[in-house]
Amino acid sequence: MALITCQNLTLGYDGKAILQNLNFSVNEGDYFCIVGENGSGKSTLLKTLLRLQAPISGSILMGEGLNPNDIGYLPQQTFVQRDFPASVREIVLSGCQGRCGLRPFYNKEEKELAKKAMEKMRIESLAERCYRELSGGQKQRVLLARALCAARKILLLDEPVSGLDPKVTAEMYDLIEELNQKDEMAIIMISHDIAAAVKYANRILHIGETVFFGTKQEYLQSEMGKNFAMLAGGTKNE
Amino acid sequence: MNEIFVKLNQYFAYPFVRYALVVGVLIALCSSLFGVTLVLKRFSFIGDGLSHVAFGAMAIASILNFSNDMLFILPATVLCAILLLRGGQNAKIKGDAAIAMISVGALAVGYLLMNIFSATPNLAGDVCSTLFGSTSILTLTREEVWLCVVLSVFVVVLFVLFYHKIFAVTFDESFAKATGTKAERYNLLIAVVIAVIIVLAMNLVGSLLISALVIFPALSAMRVFKSFRSVTICSAVVSVFCAFAGILISILAGTPVGSTIVVADIVVFALFAAAGAATGGIGR
Repeated sequence: MALITCQNLTLGYDGKAILQNLNFSVNEGDYFCIVGENGSGKSTLLKTLLRLQAPISGSILMGEGLNPNDIGYLPQQTFVQRDFPASVREIVLSGCQGRCGLRPFYNKEEKELAKKAMEKMRIESLAERCYRELSGGQKQRVLLARALCAARKILLLDEPVSGLDPKVTAEMYDLIEELNQKDEMAIIMISHDIAAAVKYANRILHIGETVFFGTKQEYLQSEMGKNFAMLAGGTKNE
Repeated sequence: MNEIFVKLNQYFAYPFVRYALVVGVLIALCSSLFGVTLVLKRFSFIGDGLSHVAFGAMAIASILNFSNDMLFILPATVLCAILLLRGGQNAKIKGDAAIAMISVGALAVGYLLMNIFSATPNLAGDVCSTLFGSTSILTLTREEVWLCVVLSVFVVVLFVLFYHKIFAVTFDESFAKATGTKAERYNLLIAVVIAVIIVLAMNLVGSLLISALVIFPALSAMRVFKSFRSVTICSAVVSVFCAFAGILISILAGTPVGSTIVVADIVVFALFAAAGAATGGIGR
């Protein structure tokens, strides 16, 4: 079943179109990767999917019973957060805010949800620690746990491994894969790491001067995919 | 020591001293609660900017001879607060520049107007007391004290009710928006409340010193404490303590109220900074 369907989507800002006539859908259980060069419109697409920005034309349809707010979102870390005094628990719990509506305080259910999310991300032991003292990988896991609190079926990850070292990057990818396999979360990942996209995703949307959308196998057969394979082969010196 | 108590007792017999203390403590409490958010949102200077706007508005109000200045100053300041905080994200002139522009603009226009249409012989004294709040805290009427009490209770209740939402919007606005929190609405709320606090605080410390009241307690608390809740509570306690101590000291030593409170805030900040550096932060 399609969770999100985009039809004839044209994106941009200030009336200028960056991407035109995008058609794709994200299905339940998908590991969907959006790749493209800097400036190709990845962030704009992400903002549009999150309804932070309106598309110039076209439509985004949500699957049955799914609300745009039900997408869990892992943003890139912001400048404000660098020295923010907040405990891990407070941050993870804030992921439940969307469920609260006008209710001023969190209920038991939401606290339980936050606890489960922290367990899944293996950060229970950090619950009382201060966010600004954590390592890059730990911070990312905190934000992912927060995204889990907000997510019903879909997680949208914006460059989840940027700035992480190779070991932590691999751990991060493992965690995401686990969420996809075990918890049956649909993953939409924005990345410029095509190698990871090809490794983990089952479907790929490549945006840029030409647009490709299809399964991983199709991508590897495509002109773009072949370019990539050549590049990857070249660097590995095989 | 005994002498001091005797002297204090004497002063407390006067209602205006009690009023000053009540109002001072309440304003300090309100400003410190929202100060944490402003500091974290990188809007520390908004207090400064808005207080200058309030000064300009006051100048206009006094020229036009309004019977009640508040009715003009409050809406004007609230309007500017909304413009500044909402324009923050995608305005053509970015946050800090916009604040600086409005701030000095209002100050200059206010002083100019007061100069041209001067109604009193002692202009320099008037301006000085508006800017540094020298005496107005000691000339509060009963009604003004009640107005302050009501508004303060209102501010504190709002803060408690929206505490989690304010946290979410402060920590990560785009995440909050994406997951269905009406971030704009809460930004608006923060802007309006800040403006109300600033107009209230003008009586206490004068318009030049308000930002000290907003940012110092928050910054002190952030040196030592590490969760949003503990920072907020600590900042409130610090602010109330400094206002209380500042007012008492200024009564005993005959110093200006506003600057004495701010100096107390500075001393506490220095102590907290030292404590934070020594322990690497203790609290949770």
